[in-house]
Amino acid sequence: MPRVEFTPNLARQTQAPSCEVGGSTVAEALNEVFRKVPGLRSYVLDDQGAVRTHVVIFVDGSTIRDRARLSDTLRPDSEVFVMQALSGG
Amino acid sequence: MSTKLYLGTRKGLIEAEKREGRWQLTRCSFRGVQVPMLLPDARDGRLYAAVNHGHFGSKVHVSTDAGATWAEAACPTYPPKPDDVPDVINPMSQEPTPWTLKLIWSLESGGKDEPGVLWCGTIPGGLFKSMDSGASWSLVTSLWNHPARAQWFGGGADWPGIHSIVVDPRDSRHVQLAVSCAGVWETHDGGESWACIGEGMFAEFMPPDQRFDPGIQDPHRMVACPLSPDHQWVQHHNGIFHSTDGGRHWQHCDKVNPSGFGFAVVVHPTDPQTAWFVPGVKDEMRVPVDDALCVMRTRDGGATFEPLRKGLPQEHAYHLVYRHALDISGDGRTLAFGSTTGSVWISEDGGDSWERLSAELPPVYIVRFG
Repeated sequence: MPRVEFTPNLARQTQAPSCEVGGSTVAEALNEVFRKVPGLRSYVLDDQGAVRTHVVIFVDGSTIRDRARLSDTLRPDSEVFVMQALSGG
Repeated sequence: MSTKLYLGTRKGLIEAEKREGRWQLTRCSFRGVQVPMLLPDARDGRLYAAVNHGHFGSKVHVSTDAGATWAEAACPTYPPKPDDVPDVINPMSQEPTPWTLKLIWSLESGGKDEPGVLWCGTIPGGLFKSMDSGASWSLVTSLWNHPARAQWFGGGADWPGIHSIVVDPRDSRHVQLAVSCAGVWETHDGGESWACIGEGMFAEFMPPDQRFDPGIQDPHRMVACPLSPDHQWVQHHNGIFHSTDGGRHWQHCDKVNPSGFGFAVVVHPTDPQTAWFVPGVKDEMRVPVDDALCVMRTRDGGATFEPLRKGLPQEHAYHLVYRHALDISGDGRTLAFGSTTGSVWISEDGGDSWERLSAELPPVYIVRFG
């Protein structure tokens, strides 16, 4: 199952546990996390469901391409990292 | 007289209390996080704090024990933008205005007869209403969908924003907003319909034929006298304006001393003729006149103004005071303000003299007496 990890900076502000989830896209995997931890969603995604401007998501070492719909695909053993971008904010 | 002061800063919510005759700093909450907006709700004692995490967006927290403990509450959130709704294009940038919360820029209680009602103004221009003490929020679509919103643009910020909300103490369904840059708006039906009002303000930042258009004005801050709500004051980008008819008409106050530029204004709670401002050199400078900080007071409805300097630095002072960073207590004599360079001053004699609480704070966004 894909594994999702969050920057420790998020854990300072809200619950952000690492977890193994189902899903074949980034959206499906994150939605499973958000079902478990509803309060986390608005820290990662904006009002329209896009990745926040100053958040960056890596899948297996590469940044995702689709920041609006999070349609990038996952392998069963993918590692997803939700990080704080080094772009200010 | 208030004995508690809340300071929303670039690096947290910092509190001060008057103990044994002296004001002193006490507690810091949300350490390291921006706190752009605060609301001590006098109706039920709750304290609301809007925090801005930068990377992780804006959130609202609420305390029922005057800031000792906090719980994250619901945050105003724009609804999904329907695919068939056309973008509203910002006339200045020609960019579509996002349906995404950028900043919580005002937070006010509803009327005393409306327990649990809260209003929240935001950048990029959405107004939100809560009926349940912030447990949930709804975008006020009558304003968001108003055709005139296409004319709104940001002043300083990239997007327009609602920074002042005035609930009429005589009629809670009468609510007025000041918007940068979209002038003054009001509803008489609790937010079901809105109109832009306000003749007399002028905008030197616009071409001559648009300068008096009420819908493009940049009021930096608007307040109404609680005892006499038709008496209203606006610190505008281009000067100080006073209304005696509930914001329908505005008179420009040209006897300012030393300057009509600034962001903050407060009005005396029972004397509508008395108001305070923190003036600066307009517009591209935004520093105290002659680098000497003063608060400016009128006591005659804007006919004359006096600079109040006792206790304030009079040389090499570069303080700017943001629009929400000046407050007045219910006694009409205790005032406090905080600056972009991290100083906070308190006066207990109506501004005649000031004492610095600290010069070591982060930039101050908002000052509120508890």
